[in-house]
Amino acid sequence: MADEALFQFLHNEVIQYIYKSAEYGEMENGRCITKLENMGFRVGQGLIERFTKDTARFKDELDVMKFICKDFWTSVFKKQIDNLRTNHQGIYVLQDNKFRLLTQLSAGKQYLEHAPKYLAFTCGLVRGGLSNLGVKSIVTAEVSVMPACKFQVMIQKM
Amino acid sequence: MSRQSNRTTDSKKMNSELFTLTYGALVTQLCKDYENDEEVNKQLDKMGYNIGVRLIEDFLARSSVGRCQDFRETADVIAKVAFKMYLGITPSVTNWSPAGDEFSLILESNPLVDFVELPDNHNSLVYSNLLCGVLRGALEMVQMAVDVKFAQDSLRGDNVTEIRMKFIKRIEENLPAGDE
Repeated sequence: MADEALFQFLHNEVIQYIYKSAEYGEMENGRCITKLENMGFRVGQGLIERFTKDTARFKDELDVMKFICKDFWTSVFKKQIDNLRTNHQGIYVLQDNKFRLLTQLSAGKQYLEHAPKYLAFTCGLVRGGLSNLGVKSIVTAEVSVMPACKFQVMIQKM
Repeated sequence: MSRQSNRTTDSKKMNSELFTLTYGALVTQLCKDYENDEEVNKQLDKMGYNIGVRLIEDFLARSSVGRCQDFRETADVIAKVAFKMYLGITPSVTNWSPAGDEFSLILESNPLVDFVELPDNHNSLVYSNLLCGVLRGALEMVQMAVDVKFAQDSLRGDNVTEIRMKFIKRIEENLPAGDE
């Protein structure tokens, strides 16, 4: 089965490609992030379908989020989410203290401005996964000190 | 939810699917960006090359393979160690040319094309062309210039996928030429 190093290499190359064809500027940066996020979305949808084929129905939203934090994250990133917080009103914050796609980038504040590029795909991945589980959401990420990062999921009532 | 028994196999499978699906998303994006298949093939090859030059270091660090004595040994290492390590498959090495500088890798199954069907208007798309670039880039970093291309492609109706590799020349050790 495909090695996880392969995915990291491919992920980095995808980011390079998307950014290479864009000119410098705020607008372009946003467009690139959107492209990456959309790619992640489609992949997330497909992945979650395959993964939850035989899983029992989820009891509620919180159950879905716990699945994402434990099983989904473990399968994709080989570890669980370290901390899940919620305000019980549709906002969840998933904290990963050693996010695998950032560990090779830096261990601190260096290259902080480039971190969002490496998080966009994963945001899409989560959003896509949730979408196919019947949960509509907006997923954003923030980083202050690498390789720790937080993904914020805002559930949208349909 | 304690279904631990099939969790490990599930997670390995998921990882492979993550890579396959991401690759599919990439090819889709490339097809959107470029009008013709030839351009997409070239881009895939270039991206593969960039991955290859980094992958070789990862490979050499994780496998304890020493320097290969000749091209035959290289072929065996690629098929039995590298492909196994990264894609979980072991292609067979066949069709050696009389001079011993060209061979084929036959892949019974290609993990990159799980779930993939080529639509009719993309007849000249070499979907897995990334692999060619990866092999080319990786071997260049160990001083071998090779030409890699697909001779048969299961996506386009052939029974197997066949990658043809030809040794061009030995690269002399000198300063790197510069980035792609």
